[in-house]
Amino acid sequence: MDKILSASDVYDRMMSCPHYSGAVAIVLRFEVYYRMQFLSYLINGISLGSVYALIALGYTMVYGIAKMLNFAHGDVIMIGSYVVFFTFGSFGWNPAVAIILSMIVCTVLGVLVERVAYRPLREAPSLAVLITAIGVSYLLQQVAQLLWTSNPKSFPSVVANSSIFKPLQLFNGQLTISAETIVTILACIVIMVALLYFINHTPAGHAMQAVSEDRGAAQLMGVNVNATISLTFAIGSALAAVAGALLCSSYPTLQPTTGAMPGIKAFVAAVFGGIGSIPGAFLGGVLLGVIENLSKAYISTQLSDAIVFLVLIVVLLVKPTGLLGKKVNVKV
Amino acid sequence: MALLEVSNLGIAFGGLQAVAQLDLKIEKGHLYGLIGPNGAGKTTVFNMLTGVYTPTEGNIVLDGKDITGKSPDLISKAGVARTFQNIRLFNDMSVLDNVKVALHNQIRYSMWTGILRLPAYREKEHEMDREALRLLKIFDLDKEASLKASQLPYGKQRKLEIARALATNPKLLLLDEPAAGMNPNETAELMNTVRSVRDQFGIAILLIEHDMNFVMGICEEITVLDYGRVIAHGDGKSIRNNPKVIAAYLGGD
Repeated sequence: MDKILSASDVYDRMMSCPHYSGAVAIVLRFEVYYRMQFLSYLINGISLGSVYALIALGYTMVYGIAKMLNFAHGDVIMIGSYVVFFTFGSFGWNPAVAIILSMIVCTVLGVLVERVAYRPLREAPSLAVLITAIGVSYLLQQVAQLLWTSNPKSFPSVVANSSIFKPLQLFNGQLTISAETIVTILACIVIMVALLYFINHTPAGHAMQAVSEDRGAAQLMGVNVNATISLTFAIGSALAAVAGALLCSSYPTLQPTTGAMPGIKAFVAAVFGGIGSIPGAFLGGVLLGVIENLSKAYISTQLSDAIVFLVLIVVLLVKPTGLLGKKVNVKV
Repeated sequence: MALLEVSNLGIAFGGLQAVAQLDLKIEKGHLYGLIGPNGAGKTTVFNMLTGVYTPTEGNIVLDGKDITGKSPDLISKAGVARTFQNIRLFNDMSVLDNVKVALHNQIRYSMWTGILRLPAYREKEHEMDREALRLLKIFDLDKEASLKASQLPYGKQRKLEIARALATNPKLLLLDEPAAGMNPNETAELMNTVRSVRDQFGIAILLIEHDMNFVMGICEEITVLDYGRVIAHGDGKSIRNNPKVIAAYLGGD
């Protein structure tokens, strides 16, 4: 055979050959069916993983630059999703406008939280900051519950009636990729490329790298550390808004605790990939999404979360710095 | 009026008076040495001059402007730059980017020019690259511009630190043990570099150094600290023969 045939090609050829019809064809049809199913799980996993990656970017950038874990990050996603829910879902705004407004709201919220809750603790022990972050997380959840009650809201997909993004049919319709999946994966790739460009090729990006490596030295070279940290929170929160809209479009239940679980999973993804590393957050997020989806499909729906966290434990045991994390040398 | 005027500067950490009653006057274009035995408070003085520590008493006036207790980034903008005793480069960034970080103070453009990548932004970016390369060339580092800072050999890392400090366009450059860990040849070369930096940039340089040949060789004025207090002040010759200085270094009564 001179070229590699896809499963559906093989199936079509077999069916057109009289000797192979019958039992073999039935076996092959199952074979193709399972292969398509696997592909579908895989692609959905990548899509879910892309959302984790977007959220993980927020965790990893804030950790890299401010050296703290912002456990309220997941709840920023939830607030962003509510903004999209009301503007797009209830008032019927254009989805792009709704998402941009949500990004603005989340940016302001992220910067505000940093200014009010974290900046006064800049010199405090890291445990104090960590506990404050958990406090902010509960605060945001409870405020959301007061404002919008704990009743789950049914989130409308932001790409459902889109004229640009349509579901993609592959292999004669045996494999359907939803518009949400396509948009999620595309958005993640575009954001990732833009972010890497920003970090590596702009003055503000250089300042971020400098602060991340040595805050004191950066400040002595004239970098405004507080402004740089605010910018980091702004970018992370804006990405969280995008992640929220995409997540709720695929998993359409919105309630005040919606952000908590994806937030923790994204944190796992960031640690998995190597916290502080931007490509690491991307890799960790996608891998985690795939692992979660495949274990839901082939092992157990109830155990999938446990498996995700098990992966974290194993990774930390084998490679404590995460997949792409750097070894930290402590200088005396 | 001198470029830097420090009067009655002091700092206490709890009950420990690390530096007290320090007076310092540095003229424009001067090479000035700060020496003293280990633990005398030299680096503490640097940390106060650059805003890392807030002095508990006294004033620091740079070029007529009071900079006492300002934050390090503002003091950097006011015109004080420094290098570190233990090299503190941004190791994961390229040699060029290390310098560019420090250049950002002088070259400004609005956020929107940056985001929209307007021609003004590209022009500024080119300007920055040119300026950074010019500085690297002075230190013979232009060929290594794309390497990571951590890939440079030790001596070149020291030079890069000086180049990076100069990129902030300082009026006063503080060098914290620039010759530490260098062999006699490298030290001799560094002496020439420091001198030529002073001549080319016309800035004042204050340096801490334990290598007495280095200090005596290039500094026009020297202040000696011991236990946080000035015990002597003058040119190299008078310092060398000062009995208090000899006692501080060698012990005695």
